[in-house]
Amino acid sequence: MRSSLERILLPVGVTSCFIALWHGLVLWSGSTIFPTPVDAFTGIVELMRHGVLLNYIVASLFRVSVGFLLAVLIGIPAGLFVGWFGRAFSAFNPLIQILRPISPIAWIPVAILWFGLSDLAPIFLIFLSSIFPILTATIAAVQNIQLVYLRAARNFHVHGLALFKKIILPATMPQIITGIRLALGIAWLVVVAAEMIAVNSGLGYLIIDARNAGKRYDLVVAGMILIGLIGLILDLAIRKLQQLDEVRWGFQSFAAR
Amino acid sequence: MEGTSPPKILLRDLSMTFPGAMNGVPLPVFERVNLRVEEGEFVCIVGPSGCGKTTLLNVIAGFLKTTGGHVLIDGEEVLVPDHRRIFIFQECGVFPWLRVDENVGFGILHSPKENRRRIIRHYVEMVGLTGFEKAYPSELSGGMKQRVEIARALAANPDVLFMDEPFGALDYFTRLRMRAELVSIWEREKKTILFVTHDVEEAMQLADRVVVMSRRPATIRTIIEITLPRPRVLDAQEYIDMRNGIFEAMGLDHSGLGSASDAKKSSD
Repeated sequence: MRSSLERILLPVGVTSCFIALWHGLVLWSGSTIFPTPVDAFTGIVELMRHGVLLNYIVASLFRVSVGFLLAVLIGIPAGLFVGWFGRAFSAFNPLIQILRPISPIAWIPVAILWFGLSDLAPIFLIFLSSIFPILTATIAAVQNIQLVYLRAARNFHVHGLALFKKIILPATMPQIITGIRLALGIAWLVVVAAEMIAVNSGLGYLIIDARNAGKRYDLVVAGMILIGLIGLILDLAIRKLQQLDEVRWGFQSFAAR
Repeated sequence: MEGTSPPKILLRDLSMTFPGAMNGVPLPVFERVNLRVEEGEFVCIVGPSGCGKTTLLNVIAGFLKTTGGHVLIDGEEVLVPDHRRIFIFQECGVFPWLRVDENVGFGILHSPKENRRRIIRHYVEMVGLTGFEKAYPSELSGGMKQRVEIARALAANPDVLFMDEPFGALDYFTRLRMRAELVSIWEREKKTILFVTHDVEEAMQLADRVVVMSRRPATIRTIIEITLPRPRVLDAQEYIDMRNGIFEAMGLDHSGLGSASDAKKSSD
């Protein structure tokens, strides 16, 4: 009982303190440009009335979905292949390790050069930002499969495609899901940056547009809050994957904490 | 008896050297191991930790290639693992992503559905896990997981079981019960069992014969036949004598003072 009360009271309390502090600091500074929480909230209401907000949210989610799903569809098979075959790992891993630390933001000029000011540019950037966490997690997952599982499978004459379906895929799934979750978080970070430069719709565009068209910082912060809330919902949704029966074993210690 | 029927398992001058395991120096693990195991026999291999017992068992099972000598089972050279001989792992090889029933049925995926279900039910019951068929291994205790692995092995109807310290990670009382259950399963199913352990007491409880290995590079020190009827009484004089025989073969004084007095002598 007490712990469930704590679970609600603690976060509500901390968040309320944060909002109160924000409010107080804006009043104390006497700023007429930076919004108070109330201004930001009315900003959200104004955006909703305006009608473009839903379109912008859909536009951002669409870009993230396409780029992210492409990364999942290519990243998981590629990662399984590179992780399983030692020769493929030696061949591809150095290239992956060089490309991986390049910020997706650095690819923005290249994306504009290749795809112009269209949806394809942010989709490409999302794809780039999600594929590396997925690749890295999948490769590590394959290489970490416990030898006993592979030996037990060999002992029962499970080879080839059956080995892949019955052992390799389920054994790696928890770690792959962790990679996917990380990738989606990064994708949501990157879509905002990409939309600030490469297109004229979406939540990122909303923010930069509100700033450029009359320093409407109430709308900037309103957009930021929406981005945070949608990001939270996306993460909660993907966390559901971790509760599937077949992968729960991989998250036991995490759940016990 | 010996020599009249063909042996189930025959090790002939079996040797294993890891090439350049340490700074390029070849590391001999075991040397010239000769052993004959009859059909339906329960043989324990004991030896000090790290002496190469596990490696030996892995070679016999076909998971590792030997660097010298031969492993013959039913007169055929063993080169790869075979589903007629199932290995039970120290680290627990039960698949955590499959439920208990799916794990037990893993070795008989190609059996007709009804038949498969019957076999699963039979062996789940034999190891005392009825009611836990739909549980995942992470919901089970260590002892229960080890039973799942034993049931999975038996369901595949192998004629040989290789067991590598299968009860090593269990608590004392669970270990005692698992030993008793293993003996009763073995008496019913008449499998040939090769069981590796560092626990002399465990070997004494289980085996027809105890093979005592030396320190690495391991060789067979001696083989002791345990003729006592099961279940074996721990404080019978014969039992104690045989156990002390194993301790002596392992180079340990049964009182545990042998090494201390040796050390004193050498310092004098």
